[in-house]
Amino acid sequence: MSATTPTYAFAYLDEQTKRMIRRAILKAITIPGYQVPFASREMPMPYGWGTGGVQVTASIIGPNDVLKVIDQGADDTTNAVSIRAFFERTAGVATTTRTTEATIVQTRHRVPETPLAEGQTIVFQVPIPEPLRFLEPRETETRVMHALEEYGLMHVKLYEDIARHGHIATTYAYPVKVEGRYVMDPSPIPKFDNPKMHRSPALQLFGAGREKRIYAVPPYTEVVSLDFEDHPFRIQSFDRPCALCGADDVYLDEVVTDDRGGRMFVCSDTDHCEDRRAKGFTGEQVHQEAAE
Amino acid sequence: MSDAPLLSVRDLSKRYGARVGCEDISFDLWPGEVLAIVGESGSGKTTLLNCVSTRLQPSSGAVSYRMRDGVLRDLAELGEAERRFLMRTDWGFVHQNPADGLRMRVSAGANVGERLMAIGERHYGRLRETATDWLGRVEIAEDRIDDRPVAFSGGMRQRLQVARNLVTKPRLVFMDEPTGGLDVSVQARLLDLLRSLVSELGLSVIIVTHDLAVARLLSQRMIVMKGGRVVESGLTDRVLDDPHHAYTQLLVASIPES
Repeated sequence: MSATTPTYAFAYLDEQTKRMIRRAILKAITIPGYQVPFASREMPMPYGWGTGGVQVTASIIGPNDVLKVIDQGADDTTNAVSIRAFFERTAGVATTTRTTEATIVQTRHRVPETPLAEGQTIVFQVPIPEPLRFLEPRETETRVMHALEEYGLMHVKLYEDIARHGHIATTYAYPVKVEGRYVMDPSPIPKFDNPKMHRSPALQLFGAGREKRIYAVPPYTEVVSLDFEDHPFRIQSFDRPCALCGADDVYLDEVVTDDRGGRMFVCSDTDHCEDRRAKGFTGEQVHQEAAE
Repeated sequence: MSDAPLLSVRDLSKRYGARVGCEDISFDLWPGEVLAIVGESGSGKTTLLNCVSTRLQPSSGAVSYRMRDGVLRDLAELGEAERRFLMRTDWGFVHQNPADGLRMRVSAGANVGERLMAIGERHYGRLRETATDWLGRVEIAEDRIDDRPVAFSGGMRQRLQVARNLVTKPRLVFMDEPTGGLDVSVQARLLDLLRSLVSELGLSVIIVTHDLAVARLLSQRMIVMKGGRVVESGLTDRVLDDPHHAYTQLLVASIPES
């Protein structure tokens, strides 16, 4: 008997369920960006906690895989800790916080700053897979729109942004077109991460548990963010580097440090930040502490 | 007017189970012509309009349309993609209730621009220019371009719906009681506007109305329906001045003398 709890199948799901999910994943990979319906199972965690991503991970993980789980870029937040513990317990796999060591990265809201490599798989947790949903509530209609490539409505949303805010104000879940065909919701990652999906050498899988959809972007696939000719797509920029590691090409989180208006901007990707600090890079916070 | 019909309807019937929606309807529509379908509530005029515009599938009969390339095509044989493309480029549909034809949650500018974006316009500045131009043509002030239709009056919504439909320069527009639910002065203004747009753009129009005054003002030809059948058809002036069928005589007689 292995060290895993014997009452569970390996990685919690039974083999028939895994088989069903793997078929959905294979179909999703063959039609990049297309939402494949699947029979989503009840998981021992609430919807919104990543039940779709967990099912995808459970179906592809093997005993030799090394798993990394992040939530908003961090390895140590509740969602990440719980899901990591779930797989440690039900699959007994090795886990890591280092992006380069992981074979599977399950993520909520971020793509790691360290570029992913060939052979790695990233699994996104998706709340609402349908990019057209907020403009067209009927599922029958959105399916027809995808089938007939009627994506004018997506630009209506971007038009509204510009009309109201003067620029495209969508900052997360920014719609992309995959391989020139399907418009896809990249899950609520900041648009900062959209370019990382473009021609990524890693396999990208998306699981929406409540909405019962799986979709995928195979390695080296075109992922283009939608825009207007005179309002091109731009990622967020920050006017200061990370306060801890000094990185100026990363996505930052604003952290409130006291109740007198104190705040600092730090890397949202904790692994990337630690890695840089270990290599000797420092930010202004560290300089200040050294001066005191 | 050209000598080849733009739209040709043959022996069209629509049944809802045992009930008759409309029966054995045949007519042709020529380019640049405005055809009114009149009749009382329940006479099948909206059913007919929906069948002709492919929004409903007829039980029997055929509707053919001369595409932009000059070929007459049976609409039932079009694929869904072709049919939907036709509906949002070469056709327009003005609903009685503007909320059915507008996106109430997005601005007037986006409402006008939606069809253009659907056929591939990707330049914000040009979309904006076109929207401003069309709002002007339907007499909506330029500074309302970023307001949502929920903030518009009934008449403005209806004019916005007209602009949204005409922006792709359609050749055929269907209108279902476009002046219904508007008060008399607003109706008159909308009719004026429709009449000038129709003649300026050379539109073909099929307009459903129960209001003979609307038919007289806009249409060259009319069809009178009762109980799902056509009881009389002909030039509007002829039908209204010299009605042959007893039901038409009753309709004409029921207009108060002015």
